[in-house]
Order: sequence, then C-alpha cells, then structure tokens
Amino acid sequence: MTRPLLSLRGVETFYGKVQALRGVDLDVRAGEIATIIGANGAGKTTLMMTICGTPRARHGQIEFDGQDITRLATHRIMHLRIAHSPEGRRIFPRMTVLENLQMGALLNPERDQTFDSDLKRAFELFPILERRQGQRGGTLSGGEQQMLAIARALMGRPKLLLLDEPSLGLAPLIVRQIFEVIRELNAREGLTVFLVEQNAYHALRLAHRGYVMVNGKITLSGTGAELLAREEIRAAYLEGGRH
Amino acid sequence: MEYFVQQLINGLTLGSIYGLIAIGYTMVYGIIGMINFAHGDVFMVGSFIGLLLFLMIGLTAATPLVVIILALIGVLIVAMALTAVWGWTIERLAYRPLRGSFRLAPLITAIGMSIVLTNLVQIAQGARVKNLPPDIKDRLAGGFTVLRGADGFDAVVSYRQLVIVGVTVTLMAFFTWLITSTSLGRAQRACEQDRTMAALTGVDVDRTISITFVIGAALAAVAGVMFLVYYGAIDFYIGFVAGIKAFTAAVLGGIGSLPGAMLGGLLIGLIEVFWAGYVGSEYKDVAAFSILALVLIFRPEGLLGRPEIEKV
Repeated sequence: MTRPLLSLRGVETFYGKVQALRGVDLDVRAGEIATIIGANGAGKTTLMMTICGTPRARHGQIEFDGQDITRLATHRIMHLRIAHSPEGRRIFPRMTVLENLQMGALLNPERDQTFDSDLKRAFELFPILERRQGQRGGTLSGGEQQMLAIARALMGRPKLLLLDEPSLGLAPLIVRQIFEVIRELNAREGLTVFLVEQNAYHALRLAHRGYVMVNGKITLSGTGAELLAREEIRAAYLEGGRH
Repeated sequence: MEYFVQQLINGLTLGSIYGLIAIGYTMVYGIIGMINFAHGDVFMVGSFIGLLLFLMIGLTAATPLVVIILALIGVLIVAMALTAVWGWTIERLAYRPLRGSFRLAPLITAIGMSIVLTNLVQIAQGARVKNLPPDIKDRLAGGFTVLRGADGFDAVVSYRQLVIVGVTVTLMAFFTWLITSTSLGRAQRACEQDRTMAALTGVDVDRTISITFVIGAALAAVAGVMFLVYYGAIDFYIGFVAGIKAFTAAVLGGIGSLPGAMLGGLLIGLIEVFWAGYVGSEYKDVAAFSILALVLIFRPEGLLGRPEIEKV
C-alpha cells in the first residue's frame, strides 16, 4: 500500500476552552475521493480548517505529501498545493469573477504559463462564469458563487482539493451538476478530493472512502458503498435524504 | 477672480499634501481596521529625513535650477526608502505582536508610537524650527503667471506648486494602477475583504500588511518633503496637525477608499485655504473640522465610502 497523501493522527482542536476535535485519525489517498459526513456541529468544517492551519491543531499530527504540516503557516500549507473551497464559499465580494480566479491561481508556481488554459478549462466546467467574469463576486447568486469557489480552488492545480459543503443552499439541479464536475475531475485527471457534506447520500455515492464524524470524533469508516449499506447510517443520515 | 484662482491653486497644493498622507491612513484602515495614529509622525520623520538630505547635498545659490530639481527627485526617492524602513519597523515592533488581541490595543499602541516618534525627533533634532536653506527655497519660489489682474494682483503658479501637484498626480496614478492591476494589489484587496480566505489562497498575510505600511510611509515621506519645500520650515510637531487633517480627509472621503482619501485631502485643503482667504485664517481649522462633523452626521460612510452593511 502506498503512503496516503494526507494523514491525520490524534488531531485535537480547541476554540478557547471548547474542544471541537477529539482525536481524529484519517487518511486520504492520492487519486481518491474521500468524504466525511456527520450532523451539524460535529466538527467537519473545523477539521477542514485545521488541515489548513487555521485554527491550529493543539495536539496530534497532520502530514501532507510526506511532510509534517501541523505547525506550518497557513499560506505555506496551501502552497504545498492544497486548495480549499471553504464553508460559506468566501468569494472575495468586491473583486471581479476574473480576479477571484486569479487569486486561486496563486498556488500554481507555473501560473504565468498555464493561466490562460486553466481559465479556459474553468469556463468550460462552469460556462456561466465566463459570462459573469467582469462582475463583482458579491453580486453573483449562491449557486454561481459556489461554482466560482470551486473554480477558484481548481485554478491553483491542487494536489488535494478540500470541498466544504458544496451543495449547501443550492437547487438540486445545480448540486447534481457540481457533483458531476467533481466526479469527472477525479476520474479524468486523478484529482484527489476531500469532501465534507451534509447531503450524505450524494457524498457516499460519489466517494471511494467515507468517514462518519460524531461530536469531534470519527466513529465509522469504510468505502462509500459499505457505509451506504449500513443500517445505522441510513437511519441517522439518509432518512428522506434521497433526492 | 485672480484672487479666487490664486486660492484655488494654493488649496489644491495643500490638498495634495493632505491627500498623500490620507492614503496611508486609509490603506492601513482598509487592511487591518486600525487607525494608525502614528502616521502623522511618520510624515514628520519623512520631512526631517528630507531636510537632512538637502543639507547633506549642500546646494548653493549658484546651483542651476536643473540640478536643484534633480536633487529634489533624489531626495524624494531616498527619503521614501528610509521612511519606508521606519514604517516597516513600526508595524513589526508595535502592531504585529498585538494582532489578534482586542481592538483597542493597537490603537493605544499607535498613540504611544506617535509620542515616541515626536520625542525622538525632538531629542535628536532639537525643538526649534528648522529651515530649508533659503537658496533652495527661493529658487523654487519662482513661477508662471496664470491670470493677470487689473489691479496689479496676478494669480501665480510657483514651480514648487507645480512640482507638488505633479508628483502627487503621478504617484496617485501609479498606486491606483498598483492596487487595481497587479498581483500585489489583488493580495492587498483580498486581505482587506477576507483575511482568512486570503491566507487560504496562499497569500502571506503578514507580509502583505507590512507592504501596506511601507507604501503608506513612503507616501507620507513624499508629503513630508513636499511640505518642507512648500513652507521651507519644519519642526518636530508638524506631524500632529497635519496628521489630524489628513485623518479628517480620509474620513471625509470615506475611510478605506483610495480615491476617497485623495478627494478628501483636496477638499480639506480647499476649505482651509478658502476660509483663510475669504473669512480669516484664525478659524480655518474650525472650518475644516466642522465639515467633518457635518459629514459624519449626514453621511457617516464618507463621500466615496461604502455603507457598512452586516452581511448574512
């Protein structure tokens, strides 16, 4: 077995005195889609942000691409080619769509040569962005902002793409479109994706590997299909979630 | 009419100086949400560095005008560089360690920094007014007549006014381009809009903040040298009043807005000069600050600022 691209061991994160992560162990292997599902407030977003070093893990170790990144500054972690499309999308509201995409390209040291072709690809994936490229990010609709957040993350040609709740608040049609893009990028280009989702059904169907998080801890893990088949998962996360 | 035109020219010149200082306030506020009360004193330090450089070059009455202008450009560049080092150091020593602490902490430190700078210059340079060698001052005082008055009063643009407005316009154009069209400018705006997300796209936030202080200090140095050339005399206390005026200008134009700072600077300069010219110079500061009070009451976001809206 090859070494995982990303691995967390015993990671604990606190907000002041409140402990949000209680010893998380997990691996994401190169070329796979991994997902983490769980209820609101389970710590999924905190986990994503802890990987990026903001907030910093108080205990435990995070390794990426063979390097210990637990204590690295956030911008240095990202420059190891981790791109994050975070919760709430966090588009730069007073920058144009094009400028947002230029920000995303910062991670790629060869951006001067590849920017034009990467931009073309982003517009192929999300044609609406091409029509909106001169518009300010803050004026886009929620779905368009989500597409922009993902496109911005892809502009850096990451080794690992972190996606936090890409389906939040979006129409089912757009959700399906976004998940289709993720699947395609993974299959075609071998992009490694680590996905946080509330929509467990979609996420587990898409993912090679799934983790279930409860109260800051990983309680279950397995392949997406295995988890989907389990009775307790169906009861807790999939009731009525089939859409 | 000649009188009006002359006041207009004088107001624009003074306003340019205020505008250059105001940019430093507005940029720092934009990026870390703090009023850098030491900024007026950075302007004063820049002015003193300029004076020392002029004295070191040692121009005389026989120096050709071209050489004086070249010397002025040289002094500007060196003063910008040295003052920028001050700006960087101040941020590094006094503000960065307090990042993430409660909001008032850096503000209080800024006031402390202002006192430190004032006293440092007072001790190092003495408390008396320092004069630019009259040779330089007088040579730059000549100018063109713009409008000839019937009663013997002519509206005149002096060389130094031309230099001040010219340099200001050039720098404004350059920094507007820097902010809107370069990756450094994008990184700055990103830090302004969402510091965490900026870091997540790979921006070194601390470095970007440092650069902002460096740019602000360099522009304050330009204003300092211009002030020196315009008035010919400086002392350790000029940073206080000029700083407050420029801060007023930044708020008037809309704090956080670059064109707003420039517009605010010009308005404050014009108000001050016209009030002094038509009403009386005793209350010119009152006039400038009254306008500020009115703006804060009726348009608190400033002339070109964005209204603060809580986003959900």
